[in-house]
Amino acid sequence: MSKKKVSALDMPDVPMGQLPEHLNLQRTRLRCKADAPIHYSGAYASMGVDNSVDIKNFNSNFKVEIVRLTEDEIEFDMIGIDAALANAFRRILIAEVPTMAIKKILMVNNTSVIPDELLAHRLGLIPLDADPRVFEYLSENDEPNERNTIVYKLDVSCKKGSPRITVKSDHLKWLPNGSELEIATLDKSSKVKSYTSFSCSQNSLPEISKKPLGVKHDDIILAKLGPGQEIELEAHAVKGIGKDHAKWSPVAATWYRMLPEVVLSEEVKGQDAEKLVKKCPLNVFDIEDLGNGEKKAVVANSRACTFCGECIRDVSEGLVKLRRVEDHFIFTIESVGALSPDELFIEAVKILEEKCHRQIVQLS
Amino acid sequence: MEGILLFAMEHGSLSDLSASTFSLMDEDHTLANSVRFTLNQENMDSSVVGCMGCALRHNFYAYDMWTVRPRVVFCGYSIPHPSDNKVNIRVQTTGTISSSLSDPAKDVLKDALENLTQMCQLVRSTFGKTVDDFKVKNQ
Repeated sequence: MSKKKVSALDMPDVPMGQLPEHLNLQRTRLRCKADAPIHYSGAYASMGVDNSVDIKNFNSNFKVEIVRLTEDEIEFDMIGIDAALANAFRRILIAEVPTMAIKKILMVNNTSVIPDELLAHRLGLIPLDADPRVFEYLSENDEPNERNTIVYKLDVSCKKGSPRITVKSDHLKWLPNGSELEIATLDKSSKVKSYTSFSCSQNSLPEISKKPLGVKHDDIILAKLGPGQEIELEAHAVKGIGKDHAKWSPVAATWYRMLPEVVLSEEVKGQDAEKLVKKCPLNVFDIEDLGNGEKKAVVANSRACTFCGECIRDVSEGLVKLRRVEDHFIFTIESVGALSPDELFIEAVKILEEKCHRQIVQLS
Repeated sequence: MEGILLFAMEHGSLSDLSASTFSLMDEDHTLANSVRFTLNQENMDSSVVGCMGCALRHNFYAYDMWTVRPRVVFCGYSIPHPSDNKVNIRVQTTGTISSSLSDPAKDVLKDALENLTQMCQLVRSTFGKTVDDFKVKNQ
């Protein structure tokens, strides 16, 4: 292959059905480049640069900046952290931070058009306003008690002659004393047992008594009843994680992106500057007046860039450089409601610590 | 020889402890990638480095190439099958300069996990503080 760079327009003609040499190589050969790994501590040791991230460096370089914090959503910047950790936090937020959700339905009567299992599925997806840190997990051998179960009742009926009723999530009533349904036994003399064994009312527990355990949103439509139809059921909510079923995921969506960096390698003045500024749909560029009637394009807001590529199309190659800063992450967490988004992030970090601790114990 | 632990196994040789594969149950990319990252940053305590000339350890205060001593020659993880909840982490360590002792892979992995825990604690405290400051500022 010739070392001199030749423009594609100056290459010799190739008969139909054959590729020019450089494309043929691209098609048939896999290139082995001299790509050395660069993400380990000794990568630049020969030049005297320490590429490692030890605790002292990390502590001094790590920063968090909060852009927006509402009841449901947080957007913050994490600077000085690696993609491996940022992704680990994202994965834990989606799949491993526990929440409370309805798991078991005891159906007493359902004469609506919605089948039992569909109703059960919908009930499971309702976000509950319960702090999962107060509750314990319920495993198969455990008795459901006030520490691991929340009991709700749904009892709606539509009288004959009245118009249709929409069953919404505010019809779910919290039963702080546990299940009201009795387990059927043949032995009439023995004490009546219900499906849960609450030793005290959940109202009396200090952590729960501050706020009643309800649903987060009142207006979720569960079913519609025509005249003469009825739904009567009891729902038991337990603690679980998103890995098991998505209903236990505490976030609506959580994502991160790396901070974009848009750099103009040459000065762009006058008409070209105006064209460049117009091209960007997100107003990343702006015009700066240079005084003597001249205008220059500057990068005003590279954070908004979505890498659509409009500014590098139809422009000389290398004029606009689109890059991402490797250790600056813009994190967004949308919470479903049980925990506030900042609490959610802290729980996620705690869970990663617990995982490490578990492995350290096993290795000792 | 395999050292069998409850939810983790170490596959390696008894004569050479510097290279092992750790098989962790109930783990996935979440922990494995994070640990791989901290393993790649593992350095020897840079203030105490084996002298090139003798087998003794001296304190080096000058910052030059020899004070940055990586402990890990190779590290990586793989998930043998996506249906099994298992992850294999491979660690191969360097010896010290005197090379009469070599860091057992288990110790390096443990140190990497400790570092990861410390990093998480730093993240948590920095984040918590920033959120509190933000809430106070935007009352």
